[in-house]
Amino acid sequence: MEAINYLNPTAQMILFSALKIGVVFGVVMTAVAYAVLVERKVSAWIQNRVGPNRTAPFFINYLPVIGPLLVRLGIFQPAADGLKFLLKEDFTPSYVRKVYFWLAPAITVIPALLTVAVIPFGSNLGSEKMVIADLNVGILYTFGIVSLGVYGIVLAGYGSNSKYPFLGSIRSTAQMISYEIAMGMSVIPIFILTESLNLSDIIRYQAENGWMIFKQPLAFVIFLIASFAETNRLPFDLPESESELVGGYHTEYSSMKFALFFLGEYANMIASAAMMVTLFLGGWTLPFIDALNLPASSLLLGLIHIGVFFAKMAFFMIVFIWVRWMLPRFRYDQLMDLGWRRFIPLALANIVVTALVVALFNN
Amino acid sequence: MPQFTDLFFYALAGLTLLFGFLTVLNPLSRSPVTSAMFLVLTILCMAGLFVLLHAFFLAAVQILVYAGAVMVVFLFVIMLLDLKADQRRHFNKIAVGLGGLSTLAIAGTLVASIVKTIPVSQTAGRLAEGETKALGRLLFESHILPFEILSVLLLVAMVGAILITKKDLR
Repeated sequence: MEAINYLNPTAQMILFSALKIGVVFGVVMTAVAYAVLVERKVSAWIQNRVGPNRTAPFFINYLPVIGPLLVRLGIFQPAADGLKFLLKEDFTPSYVRKVYFWLAPAITVIPALLTVAVIPFGSNLGSEKMVIADLNVGILYTFGIVSLGVYGIVLAGYGSNSKYPFLGSIRSTAQMISYEIAMGMSVIPIFILTESLNLSDIIRYQAENGWMIFKQPLAFVIFLIASFAETNRLPFDLPESESELVGGYHTEYSSMKFALFFLGEYANMIASAAMMVTLFLGGWTLPFIDALNLPASSLLLGLIHIGVFFAKMAFFMIVFIWVRWMLPRFRYDQLMDLGWRRFIPLALANIVVTALVVALFNN
Repeated sequence: MPQFTDLFFYALAGLTLLFGFLTVLNPLSRSPVTSAMFLVLTILCMAGLFVLLHAFFLAAVQILVYAGAVMVVFLFVIMLLDLKADQRRHFNKIAVGLGGLSTLAIAGTLVASIVKTIPVSQTAGRLAEGETKALGRLLFESHILPFEILSVLLLVAMVGAILITKKDLR
């Protein structure tokens, strides 16, 4: 470890960034796999079923009590699912537009993973900040990258060259663009209050002045609902509504390419959950305890901060999953009505009111 | 590290020109969707150039507005129209003339602004406050009139677009 100190700053920066990217990538991928498991378990409990409880690797017999318990919780199910996706036949229909058909799954996954780069998932470990890129315009970066995610779905529909995927991708484009506007406008009051676009600054502001969810409840509600629409989750999953469109934009996909769409959806959920924690729930901070509210002074505190962030994120993931199995799907005109005629005017009014309050009372 | 940034600049500038060329004249494909996708790549490379200039706000907005919103709608329209090859080959003389004229006008404006620009090193050092804040101040203090004119222009275009889609006007 001593050798690190002899490297020049640039080499250190590259080393630590690579390390952080690797760890975050690994954690997100694992989280995606287990989010699928949680989804299956929660849906099972909601519908009074048991859920996955059979997958058992050979070494499980050597663990007396814990082994069967892990099997019943379905801990090994994600590994089996992943293996299944890899080993299934990857079928490409003859009528597809090959280049776009191949590109689309990749374009869906990449933006979802890139979003995580600016999110501060902890204060610091040692002298190293727990964020991959502490951008000055972090939040705009996130919105920019998220807005690129729609290409994956558009190209999947176009590349598949058949009816249902195309209808699904058209729905998705309109839906994602509409809710992006509402989502983008809902966070403007936060900039007005914090006077910064940097996510670390926004967390610092919340540590000092209380969480944003209490100051901007309307913004939070709009952001939360818009993120359901952005991730194509129920009650907004019209792009893939199976009762009308078979499977929507991913009807023609199989095997690993289908898995990539799946992965993209869950990675998007994780990114939205992380954004909501950062913007509205104070990121890695917890109020009333100074040690948890200020940047960490020891390694243990740094790890606790990361734990706090993940706990908050897990809460939102559970909300995403819970809502999906409780609510029916919207009709398409209801979806558009909600986006354009309810949320956008509400978000605009919220901006005006916040700006007025700041202008009148802050001087 | 000046060499590194130079390398990135030439790579990005080259890619911008290449993708721009492929948008207009692609030897491999005449599909308008492919052209639109190359235009998206051009825009992304231009955002990269903004990042090299430390204009992070412009880079983010470039991606957010052009690549993320405008181009998606373009793509959407192109896919829905699904033009046949013979319709695409048809040239309208007036359209070509007007297109050429506006291209020349834009090129002239660009060249003029490049010639008139004073290099940054001669005007000011680094900005003390955040770069986004400085941009906001410039727009809302010294350039408020052109900014507002542009806003009204955008509003007019928006109202116009909505009016066109309305079938029966009351």
